[in-house]
Amino acid sequence: MAQSHKKYRLARREAIVGYCFASPWLIGLIVFVLFPVIASLKYSFMDYDILQPARWVGFANYKELFHDNLFWRSLYNTLYFVVFSVPLSIILGLAIALLLNTEINGIAIYRTLYYIPSIVPVVASSILWAWIFDPNFGILTNFVHLFNLPAPGWLSDPFWAKNSLILMSLWGAGSGMIIYLAGLKNIPKSYYEAAEIDGSGTIGKFFNITLPLITPTLFFQLIIGMIGSFQVFTQSYIITGGGPNDSTLFYVLYLYNNAFRFWKMGYASALAWVLFVIIMLLTWINLKLAKRWVTYDQM
Amino acid sequence: MSQIKTQPRLIVEKINTTNKLSVRSVPRHIILIVFSFLFVFPLLWLVSTSLKTDLQVFIVPPELIPKPFVWKNYLDLWTYFPYFQFLKNTVLVVVLSVAGVLVTAPIAAYAFARLRWPGRDFFFLILLGTMMLPSQVTLIPLYLLFSKMGWINTFMPLWVPNWFGGGAFFIFLIRQFLMSIPKDLEESAFIDGAGYTRIYTNIMLPLIHPVLTTVAIFQFMGSWNDFIGPLIYLNDQSKFTLSLGLRIFQQQSSQSQGEIGMMMAATAITVVPVIIFFFLAQRKFIEGVVLTGLKA
Repeated sequence: MAQSHKKYRLARREAIVGYCFASPWLIGLIVFVLFPVIASLKYSFMDYDILQPARWVGFANYKELFHDNLFWRSLYNTLYFVVFSVPLSIILGLAIALLLNTEINGIAIYRTLYYIPSIVPVVASSILWAWIFDPNFGILTNFVHLFNLPAPGWLSDPFWAKNSLILMSLWGAGSGMIIYLAGLKNIPKSYYEAAEIDGSGTIGKFFNITLPLITPTLFFQLIIGMIGSFQVFTQSYIITGGGPNDSTLFYVLYLYNNAFRFWKMGYASALAWVLFVIIMLLTWINLKLAKRWVTYDQM
Repeated sequence: MSQIKTQPRLIVEKINTTNKLSVRSVPRHIILIVFSFLFVFPLLWLVSTSLKTDLQVFIVPPELIPKPFVWKNYLDLWTYFPYFQFLKNTVLVVVLSVAGVLVTAPIAAYAFARLRWPGRDFFFLILLGTMMLPSQVTLIPLYLLFSKMGWINTFMPLWVPNWFGGGAFFIFLIRQFLMSIPKDLEESAFIDGAGYTRIYTNIMLPLIHPVLTTVAIFQFMGSWNDFIGPLIYLNDQSKFTLSLGLRIFQQQSSQSQGEIGMMMAATAITVVPVIIFFFLAQRKFIEGVVLTGLKA
């Protein structure tokens, strides 16, 4: 009897301490997450420009989205960016990691050289690349001219502008490289030795051992990369401002414009919720598809 | 830490790999050098442009190495670009943010990893759920909340939220680390009469040092590079962080043509602190990227 009473007291004390320790986060959860989430959902059904009191409009914002060309345009631009930027970054990062994955001299130097661009603050890299893409004096145009080829309007041509921003995003492929390199180092050497005895060549070893064993890492980077790229903002805000012809108007830039340039807080909130749903949907599809190509529990 | 690896290393394997050096790796080195040049070149181009006069900038084809080197941009810059003011603001925001995360994230992680309290598992699911929530969903209500509180044009919106758990991802990361610490450690401390706070500060905190370093580095980079936060909340130039200051400087420069060299100089000195930080913390930095990147 006394024993169980003591146990009860200890458990209660542990519970109180638990809540105390969790309380900063719990308060933060309520103030900075739950309350804003509910408010955001509420605003998405309202018309609110800050100056006048918010007005309930039901589903009007969501209906407007469907007929809003710029919404579809920004969604298309963002999907285009994600579809090219994410896989290309992964392939490039993996390719460099494979080249570095031997007992090679100066690996630390290479690793640093490839990694440095991905730590450059995005505002700085955007300004730098705007200059690299300069139509007359930029280094890229002059490089293309070296081969007597006409340089495209990197940022002025609606078709090229998106591709240019994708090219710029590949400059940060080094951050993935470091992760793949660590993943490759985790693969036991004995696997390769066994494959060599079976007569596998370099390509056979890559497709039968390396690639399957690194798929969990690739998958994780794919998910993170897609979620991150879907929220691409700063590059287009600084370099192109969404132009030319809205060809680099990305989803979050359009959301930002609605909220902080046009002060359409309700409409921007609806955009945010649609973004949330899209990201959840894409992640869910990715998880479903993962079963087909991701190898688990092989190591 | 808790796992002991006993993998006998084959001596043969070592000999084999050292033999592979030199001749066979030459093509590999060539490809790596060419590629790494592509990665480093934009930064060299940045420095090169920053050392040119406006006239040199517009030479076609461009001079890769300026003839002569001109330091004028760096000397003139300070009158137009209050670098040290921006730097001071950035450091202030970053230090307050990192401190907030380091103080409050491990506390919450400890509660999730080592303590039993009603609702813990439910709240842990919520924690995981908030990791999926894009920040744009809460952006507008938070802006309205902070403007009601009179926090617009102050640093408060940029660091205060970090003092409330410091973000779901960091709590999750530290929790995973805490879970791997054997139970016996705190049980013997309990028998010795230590309370939860003592166990936390004397046993747990020293043990989770590596993951805290990772968290600090990530928060440092996140706060330092943050752009949309300062863009929305800060109005006065005296309050700008480096990222926002550089952006405004770029806007002003592009209106008055022909200041590319100076703009590149401003960009270069904005990048320098991050690169210094990277080299100071390089090993921890890369360990952290790998730790968070390999598995969730």
